[in-house]
Amino acid sequence: MTDTADTETAEGVVDEARSALLEALVAELGDSLVEHHLVPGVDLWVRVKVEAFGDTAEYLHERQRFRYFDFISAIDWLPSPFGRSLDAHVDNSIGEVADKEAVEMTTGYAGGDTRFQVFGRLHNLTTGLGITIKADLPDDALVVPTWTHRYPGAEWHEREAWEMFGITFTDHPGLRPLYLPGDFEGHPMRKDFPLLARLVKPWPGIVDVEPMPSTENPEDAS
Amino acid sequence: MTAVSDRRQLAYVAAQAADARVNIELEAEGMTLNIGPQHPATHGTLRIVARLDGEQVVEAEPIMGYMHRGYEKLTEVRTYPQVTTLVNRIDWLGSFCNEVPFILAAEQLMEIEAPPRAQHIRTILFELGRMAHLTLFLGDLGVQLGAVTPVFYAFRDREHVLNQIESATGGRFHPNFDRIGGVKDDLPAGWIAETKQSLTKVTDFCDLIEDLLFGNEIFAARTRGVGVIPADVGLSYGLSGANIRASGVDWDLRRDAPCGMAWDKVDWQVWTHPDGDAYARSWVRLQEVRESAKIVEQLLDTIPAGPIMAKVPRIIKVPEGEAYVPTENPLGEMGYYVVSKGGLEPFRVKIRSASFNNMSIAPWLLKGTYVPDVITILASLYFILGDIDR
Amino acid sequence: MLFASILDAWWLQTIAKSGAVLAVVLLPAGLTVYLYLFKMVSFMQSRLGPMEAGPYGSLQLLAELGKSLQKEDIFPARADRNVFAMAPYVVLTSTFLLAVVVPFGPNALFTDLDTGVFLALAVSSISVIGILMAGWASASKYSLLGGLRAAGQLIAYELPMVLAVVGVVIQAGTLNLQQIVYAQINGEIFGWGALGLPFILTQFVGFLIFMIAVQAELTQVPFDMPIAESELVSGYMTEYSGMRFLMFFIGEFATAAIFAFLASVLFLGGWSIPPFITELVGLEVDSAWFNVIGPLVMVTKMLALTFVIYWVRFTYPRFREDQLQKFAWKVLIPIALVNITITGILKVAF
Repeated sequence: MTDTADTETAEGVVDEARSALLEALVAELGDSLVEHHLVPGVDLWVRVKVEAFGDTAEYLHERQRFRYFDFISAIDWLPSPFGRSLDAHVDNSIGEVADKEAVEMTTGYAGGDTRFQVFGRLHNLTTGLGITIKADLPDDALVVPTWTHRYPGAEWHEREAWEMFGITFTDHPGLRPLYLPGDFEGHPMRKDFPLLARLVKPWPGIVDVEPMPSTENPEDAS
Repeated sequence: MTAVSDRRQLAYVAAQAADARVNIELEAEGMTLNIGPQHPATHGTLRIVARLDGEQVVEAEPIMGYMHRGYEKLTEVRTYPQVTTLVNRIDWLGSFCNEVPFILAAEQLMEIEAPPRAQHIRTILFELGRMAHLTLFLGDLGVQLGAVTPVFYAFRDREHVLNQIESATGGRFHPNFDRIGGVKDDLPAGWIAETKQSLTKVTDFCDLIEDLLFGNEIFAARTRGVGVIPADVGLSYGLSGANIRASGVDWDLRRDAPCGMAWDKVDWQVWTHPDGDAYARSWVRLQEVRESAKIVEQLLDTIPAGPIMAKVPRIIKVPEGEAYVPTENPLGEMGYYVVSKGGLEPFRVKIRSASFNNMSIAPWLLKGTYVPDVITILASLYFILGDIDR
Repeated sequence: MLFASILDAWWLQTIAKSGAVLAVVLLPAGLTVYLYLFKMVSFMQSRLGPMEAGPYGSLQLLAELGKSLQKEDIFPARADRNVFAMAPYVVLTSTFLLAVVVPFGPNALFTDLDTGVFLALAVSSISVIGILMAGWASASKYSLLGGLRAAGQLIAYELPMVLAVVGVVIQAGTLNLQQIVYAQINGEIFGWGALGLPFILTQFVGFLIFMIAVQAELTQVPFDMPIAESELVSGYMTEYSGMRFLMFFIGEFATAAIFAFLASVLFLGGWSIPPFITELVGLEVDSAWFNVIGPLVMVTKMLALTFVIYWVRFTYPRFREDQLQKFAWKVLIPIALVNITITGILKVAF
C-alpha cells in the first residue's frame, strides 16, 4: 500500500494521508511538537519535546494504530573532531588531527538544537505509513522517557542507545550493556570517541595492489 | 608430608567442595545453564543464559555482542561504495539483500532511479539470495530437531543457486554487486537459461522437504503449538518477515512498499498462516521459497533490455538529507536510516536489522518452555548472528 | 561347546568362551559400524563417506581405534575420577552379559540357561547405571541433564520390551532361548511345516514393539534425547575423550548388534533356515553343520534388523522427553498388554 494514490505528481504535491496524520499530531501534542518535515509521497519526520517522547508513542499506538515498532536510536550531531571523518585521502598522517576547519554543527530533517537527538520509528501496517519521531536532548541531561510500556521490543534498542551514546531511559526495566563487555569505559558511538582501529594502525589510503609479503623489494611487487 | 599426598589431599578437598556445589545447585531453585556461545544449535556465537527448573525454563536471557563489529561506527568513515561492501556481511547468507536497502536509501536522497533492467536484475538477485537463505533454513530445521539427513540435501541443492549468483556477480557469498544507480555488470550469456534450471532443482527440493520433514508426525508433534506468538505481541516487538506472517499478519514490504525494485511487475502472492507456532513459521518459509522461484521465473522472462546504470557521477556525493527505505529481506524487514551531510561518506547510518527485533522476543517467548523446545523455537525464529550483532 | 570333547578342562573352556564372547561382541559391532555408520548414512546423505583407510574405507574403524588410543586420557577437574573411569565399563558389561545367552547353533552357544530370556532382559538394564554414572561423574550440567533424561527413558522403555517378549514366551512355552529356536523350527503354519513358524508371523505386534523399544534402549533417534546432539552436544558422553569415548561408541553399536541377534532369535527363527531348504540339502535340522552355518545365518538376520534400526535413526527427528514418555506409557504398554492377552487366549484355544 503505497501513497502514490494520494499524491499528485505536479507542482503542488499533496500527500493527504500524511498531512492528515500531521494535523492529528499537531492537534494532540500542541506545543510539544516543535517542528516537522514532510516529504510528500516519501516520509514524515516530527520533532517533539523530550518530555513528550513517550506520550507521542502512546498516542500513535492507541489512536493512530501505529502498532509496529521499527527501532529507536540516537544521532550525535557533533562533527567528528578527528579530521574530516577520518577519511582516507584526508587523514593519512595520524599525528596531525589538526585538519579541522571549524565545521559548524548542523542538524537534519525537522531541525534540532542540541548535540544529541534520540529518534524512533513506528509503522502503521494498515495504512502503510511510517513516521520518524525525534527529540532533542539537552547536553547536561541525556534522559528520555522509555517506550517499553507500549513497545516491549524497544527494550533492547534502548539498552543499545544507552551503552553506545550514554542516553538514559526512565522507567526502563533494566539498562545494562547489550554488546559491550561490562567493564568497557566510554560510549563508542559518540563522535568524540575515536575509531580505535584507525588510531592503532593508520589508514593507508587508496591501495591499488598490496605487495606480496615475501618479496624483498616492495617496489618490484606491483 | 610428601608432595604427592599434599596434592591428593588438595584434590580430595576440591572434589568435596565440587560435590557440595553441585548438590546445592541441584537443591536450589533452578539450575543455570549456558547455551552457547559455542554450541551446535545457535547460529553463531549467541549465548543464552537459561535458568532451569528441571527441564523447564524459568527465565532465559540472550547475551549478544560476541560478534559485534561496530558497523554503525565504521560506516561513518567509509565512502558510499565502500559501505556497500561492508554491509554485505551483516546477514551473510543473503548477502545481496543487505546491500539493497542501503542503495535504495542513497538513491532516494540523490533522487535517482535505476533503469528498469537494473531493477529487474536487482530483484532477481534479491530473490535468489532469499532462496539460498531459506533453503538452508529448511535443512537446518531438520538438524535442530534431530533429523540429520535433510540438511545435506539442502546444501546440495543450494549450490545451484549459489552457482548462479557466482556466475553473475563473481561472489557466492558476498556479491557486492549493487551500485548507486544500478548494478555493476550485465548478466553473462546463457545465465537466464541456467538459472531457470536451478529453479527446478530448488522447487524439487522444496517438495522433498515437504514430504520428508513436514509430513513427519514427529516433526509435527515437536513444532505444532510450540512457541506461539500472538500477532499483537509480535508487532509490538517489531517482529518481521515470516515470523509475523506466520501469526496471521498480512504484511510484506515487497508488495506494500516496493520502490526501486521490480516486484510490482510480476504476479505473486503473500503467504500467511494463522497459528503463529513454530510449524507455521517453518511452513511460511517453505512456501516463500516456492514463491521466490515463481517470481524469479517471471522476472527472467520479462527482463527489459537497456542500460544497467543510471547517470551517476564517478565520485558519489549524496546530498544532505535523511532517508529510510526498508525492504523485505529473507530474515525480515531490514532498513538503513541514512543521515547524509553532503559528503563522500554518510554522517550516520542506523542499521535496522531484522534478527535484532526477532531475537528480542526470546526472553518473553522462552519462559516456561522445555529445553528441547528452546532449540525448536530458536530454530524457527531463524536469526543470523551477524544480523543481531552487526 | 564345539570342541568340548577335546578341551575338557573347564579353565581352557572358559578362556575359549571368553575369547569367543569378545569376538561375538566386537566383530558385529565393527561390521555394523562400517556398513551403516560409515557407508549407509553417507549414501543416504548423497556423499561417499570414508574412502581412504583401506579399500573403500573398510579399515576406518581400525584407524579410529588407533587415533583414540593415542589420545590423552582427560578427566574433568571436578569429576569423580573413579566413577568417571568405571562408567564405560559398566555399560560394556551389560553388553557382554547379554551376548552370553544368545545361541548361534545347536551346540554353538555359551550357556544353555533355562531362564535365558529372563537373564537377557534383566542384564540389559545394567547399562542404565553406567549412563547415570557417566552423567553424574562428569561434573557438567550438560552431562547431568543427559544422564537424567537417559535414566527416565531407559526405565520407561524396559517395560514394553519385556511385555513384547512375553508374547513370544507364551507362544513358545519356554524361557530357554535355544528351545525358542527349536519351537520356531518345529512349528507349523496351519499344518504347513515347510517354513517352520518364525514368531514374527504370529507376534508381529510384539516384534514392532520390541524393535521400537530396542531403538529407545539404544538411545537412537527418534529416542535420543539423552544424547540430543544439537542441544546437549553429546549428553552424558560429552566429557569423555579418547579410548573411553570409543568404548561408549563401540558399546552402542555392539549393543545394537546384540539386540538384533536377540530379536532374530526371538522372532526370526534364530540360527535356523526354513526347514524345506534343510531337507532339500539333505541335512538334519540340528546337524553339526549348523554350528558353522548358524552364525552366518545369525549375522545375516542381524544385519537386516540393524539396517532398519539405522535407517530410522538417520531419517527421523527426535521426540521431546514428555512425548517420549507418553508414547511408552500410553501407547506401547497398553498395546503390548493386549498382545499378551490375545496370545494367551489363542494359545489356550488352539
